[in-house]
Amino acid sequence: MNLLKRGPSTRLVNLRNFPFFSVISYFVLFVLYAPLVLVIFYSFNMNRTAQIWTGFSTRWYTDVFTNTNVVRALKNSLIVASAATILSTALAIAAALGLLRMGRRGSTFAIGLLGAPLIIPEIVSAVGTLGFFLFVGIPLGHIGLIVAHTAFCVPFAMLPIRARLVSLDRSSFEAAADLGANEWKIFTRVTLPLLAPGIMAGALLAFAISLDDFITSFFIAGPGSTTLPVYIFGMIRSNVTPAINALSTLLLLVSGLTLILSYTLSLERPKTGSST
Amino acid sequence: MTLDLSLPTAHDDSKAPGKTSKWLAAVPLAFLSFTVGIPLIIIFVYSFLARPSMGVGVIWKLDLTHYVKIFVQDKLDGTRSFDTRYLKVIWNSFFYSGLTTVGTMVLAIPVALWIATRDPRKRILLVFLVTLPFWTSILIRTYAIRQLLDEKGVLGKIATTLGFSDNFQILYTPTSTIIGLVYTFLPFMILPIYASAERFDFRFAEAGFDLGARKMTVLFRIVLPQIAPGIIAGIALVFIPGLGSFLQPDMLGGGKTNMIANVVANNYGQARNWPFGSALSVLLCLITLLATLMISLAARKRKEAKV
Repeated sequence: MNLLKRGPSTRLVNLRNFPFFSVISYFVLFVLYAPLVLVIFYSFNMNRTAQIWTGFSTRWYTDVFTNTNVVRALKNSLIVASAATILSTALAIAAALGLLRMGRRGSTFAIGLLGAPLIIPEIVSAVGTLGFFLFVGIPLGHIGLIVAHTAFCVPFAMLPIRARLVSLDRSSFEAAADLGANEWKIFTRVTLPLLAPGIMAGALLAFAISLDDFITSFFIAGPGSTTLPVYIFGMIRSNVTPAINALSTLLLLVSGLTLILSYTLSLERPKTGSST
Repeated sequence: MTLDLSLPTAHDDSKAPGKTSKWLAAVPLAFLSFTVGIPLIIIFVYSFLARPSMGVGVIWKLDLTHYVKIFVQDKLDGTRSFDTRYLKVIWNSFFYSGLTTVGTMVLAIPVALWIATRDPRKRILLVFLVTLPFWTSILIRTYAIRQLLDEKGVLGKIATTLGFSDNFQILYTPTSTIIGLVYTFLPFMILPIYASAERFDFRFAEAGFDLGARKMTVLFRIVLPQIAPGIIAGIALVFIPGLGSFLQPDMLGGGKTNMIANVVANNYGQARNWPFGSALSVLLCLITLLATLMISLAARKRKEAKV
């Protein structure tokens, strides 16, 4: 395919002007963001009916932060997301490093298992986990939520870590080994620092995924461990106040910022020379 | 189907970073087989157990009727008849997910090609813009669509102002569910197609133009075959999770567009029939597995045909 190496300044005159492509693209980008922008817009609406604009107000934000149920749900979400982030990132690091040393067959199996939470319908794993917890006698609460969230966060946390690992220059490790560092020292002094941006990016992804999760939490959150999305779902069901818009805006903001940070970190390339 | 996780594995094992052992992966693998595997086994076992006369859960007595009940209805007078209610739900899952796949594909191919032909720096930004909604909460995105489609919402107002209709009613119809699904899954289709398109050398397309082909011919004969792997990956990423959709039919379809996941949720919730919910879950898993196998088979066939 690369017989004709594309020069940096090749003008793609014809395809750039493909009929309607740019129109469709701008339309799609608009459509992707318009509903979200509308949510943010209406969150500042003074009126009690979300859809009738009567003036700018931050009353719904005050409402939200003085609502003890919301604050409790937010706290639950943060506890679960933080714990699941730490656990899933640790597991993802171990998995990514271990995978490098596996044979072809072993790693195919391992990748299949690590990716399983992405393929199995979430509703099935959610009700299955509920059945499992009740069967073993694990009470529905924070611990159960953290375990379940950790499971589906691992594949997401692993993506940037693995990407980073493959792009690393091996000579650093060889040099460390030649200079007499033992395995543990290589791990803490060379591997971890070099992987750091990937690890951070993975951790942030895991955090956003856990924070936003609805279906799993809906089934296995006990009465005292309702997370924010589950609480928002309840609000939508009972059709109350534009405070939903304010809460949604806050959640969008937090996950948006987390993702921008994660993306920036994963774009950073290792500074050492090219591998092989 | 290849997941995004499958990056090239290291070839030279002896010099792998950090000289770690493959047993490091044992901990996460054990954890996942535990947290993913056991719930699946539980669901499978529950689907063959009896339902307690009151309350939730199961009683440990073999009961094979749940799978039959998907197709057969026991009437009050003791007679049995063929039941199409759940077949309709299964059909809905295929139909809505299929329409979503087609809808996202029609939109995603132009977008992916358009992004791939921008300047490299602009590309990074555009890919990020497409990716961002993909990571934000499905609940909030579905709620946002719901607010948009509401008869009293922005679209409704525009429709009334322009005189299209006096009662704008999209919400709680199948159309609304499909709009929500297409909206949710668009990035899943754009990203893999873009990944293929980015690797495509567009000078082949230019060569086609130079040799006198029309734009549409170039698109269908040169570009599309080259980005087919991306399209197949996109189909896998949209159609398979689409089958298990829950929130969009629930919040946008207003209960009129139930898919399998909605019935599962209902049986684990209000209906309190865990064994039946489990039987439907097993069915959903089998359908998902079947779809995965079909798509990966299609991908392999294509590859072999090419070689």
